[in-house]
Amino acid sequence: MKKTYKVEVDCANCAAKMEDAIKKIDGIGDATLNFMTQKLIVEFEDGVEINAVMQAAYKACKKVESDCVIYM
Amino acid sequence: MTRKQKKMLIRIIVSAVLMIGLNFIPIDGIARFILYLVPYLIVGYDILIKAAKGIANRQVFDENFLMSIATIGAMIIGLVDSGDYVEAIAVMLFYQTGELFQSYAVGKSRKNISALMDIRPDYANIELDGKLIQTDPDDIEIGTVIVVNPGEKVPIDGVVIEGNSSLDTAALTGESLPRDVKIGDEIISGCVNMTGVLKIRTTKEFGESTVSKVLDLVENASSRKSRSENFITKFAKIYTPAVCFSALALSVIPPLVNILILSNPAGWGTWVYRALSFLVASCPCALVVSIPLSFFAGIGGASKEGILIKGSNYLEALSQTDCVVFDKTGTLTCGVFEVTAIHHNQMPNEKILEYAALAESASSHPISKSLQRAYGKELDTNRVSDIQEISGNGVTALVDGTQVAVGNDKLMSKLGIKCADCHKTGTVIHIAIGGEYAGHIVISDIVKPTAQKAISLLKKSGVKNTVMLTGDRTAVANQVAQTLGINTVYSELLPADKVARVEQLLAEKSSKSKLAFVGDGINDAPVLSRADIGIAMGGIGSDAAIEAADVVLMDDDPVKIAKAIKISRKCISIVYQNIVFAIGVKVLALILVALGMANMWLAVFADVGVAVIAVLNAIRAMFVKRL
Repeated sequence: MKKTYKVEVDCANCAAKMEDAIKKIDGIGDATLNFMTQKLIVEFEDGVEINAVMQAAYKACKKVESDCVIYM
Repeated sequence: MTRKQKKMLIRIIVSAVLMIGLNFIPIDGIARFILYLVPYLIVGYDILIKAAKGIANRQVFDENFLMSIATIGAMIIGLVDSGDYVEAIAVMLFYQTGELFQSYAVGKSRKNISALMDIRPDYANIELDGKLIQTDPDDIEIGTVIVVNPGEKVPIDGVVIEGNSSLDTAALTGESLPRDVKIGDEIISGCVNMTGVLKIRTTKEFGESTVSKVLDLVENASSRKSRSENFITKFAKIYTPAVCFSALALSVIPPLVNILILSNPAGWGTWVYRALSFLVASCPCALVVSIPLSFFAGIGGASKEGILIKGSNYLEALSQTDCVVFDKTGTLTCGVFEVTAIHHNQMPNEKILEYAALAESASSHPISKSLQRAYGKELDTNRVSDIQEISGNGVTALVDGTQVAVGNDKLMSKLGIKCADCHKTGTVIHIAIGGEYAGHIVISDIVKPTAQKAISLLKKSGVKNTVMLTGDRTAVANQVAQTLGINTVYSELLPADKVARVEQLLAEKSSKSKLAFVGDGINDAPVLSRADIGIAMGGIGSDAAIEAADVVLMDDDPVKIAKAIKISRKCISIVYQNIVFAIGVKVLALILVALGMANMWLAVFADVGVAVIAVLNAIRAMFVKRL
């Protein structure tokens, strides 16, 4: 299961850190945060509750960069 | 500017005005500190908050942290020592201005580059009760009839069922010549309809249409990271903590040495100031921003030229290519048989062709087709009678009452007509008219008009080895290779042999250089994926090619290979320039600061100034038109 989200993040370094943080969330197989296109592509593991996982991912991102936005 | 950026600009201006104004107010002591605190907080409060949050979330050592420590330190030095607060505020101002400019430049270029790739159609027109209704292309089912007005983008792949027009395919192929379409022609999404209204029956869903596939591919391209990008990520991880500990050492060790060994005054203020400047100078953001931006710009610029590159890693690999392997049919040649020569004829070429085409008019053999196409005019079949096909040999027929024989040498010897051999390679068709030998026509798969230029451009751009692989006969292959100037030819290969050949070439080349394979993507998908870089002459609409290759040339023009290599070289050289420039300035600034030969101003320049210059340099990668 692969989904794409629009994001708003200001710096490339933060984007890289956010990507790392998202990858570590349980239920996420792989994630790519493309700073240039402002897009987050998440590959979920099978059978996970996508909303819950994305909430956790959002929280993790907020920790890295407090003013980032993920449009879900 | 976004709202955030505007707000920042206002904060910078207000704070700068206040700071200058305060210069004229003569107060000392704590009151002075509090007054100066106002502009400091106006310009820097978000940095302080972010730094505090970072510490709370154990994300120390980021830019915010560095800036906060440095400026708070400078404020404290001002309070206890010099009474000079301007430096802390100015540094913060300078930093925020730089950041603002950088974010503006990055945002702007991101938009420009995205616009290069923006071929996404927003709607499709369907006709309902005589009125046109704009519909989301996602909702259109296969087989629906859509209407495309002049000036609109074709939203979905389909077949023209009504109307004539010219299409601008520049957005997809980089080719500026318009393409004419008429009823029955296949049409691909992403082209712009230029002249007439077209009705199109869709043959694909929107998600499967060319335009969606291309967009998907380009937008996700920069997620495949190159080695230089990975290097920077790793570099930043080690670099930041290393710098922080050096700064700590710089602030502690020299004063301790002063006190304990040299018995001098400690000079804490000086060394702490130097350590803080050191921190400011060290920020790695110039690298972290500019490198992905360079790749993004390079990929964007290439796609504007009709060259789709599927990832930064392939862009990097392209720049190291020194061996290019070609498939022949469909790549260097058109893959269509055409008349290439007419020899030994007494009558004019057109007359010979006319007789041959008329005699062959009833046949659907590819050779007959190519003769008919070469003749180019309508065939009056009433002039032909008594057609006899002699399988494997040719045709005899009565044309305008004269006996005409068209076929190979076997046919001629059967009829007892002496025929002339041909020095040209290709399929030779002899013609006898009224029992007399009238000449022969040579038919072969013609070389693309740009193929020779493509090879010479590749050689000029430093590609050492050009190889051609083909399933065709050796004589034909050698002749093609010779005209084009290709170094090595392997002919009469089966598809599996091609993989083996490429593997052998891969084993022979040095480990640093890369091998690119160029094919039409139809039966050479395994080879495309085996080579370091698979370049597909997919042409517009070939799904197999878009899937299998790493680089897709949208208009099948082999000249674009050299162009792609040039684009990649430009992009990579910009990346290296930025790495060398940014690290160079940083190291220099760090040394100057540690020795006390530079102040915090220079340190801020080493941070944001360098980043801005690197970003501007990165944008150059987008301009590839004249390469």
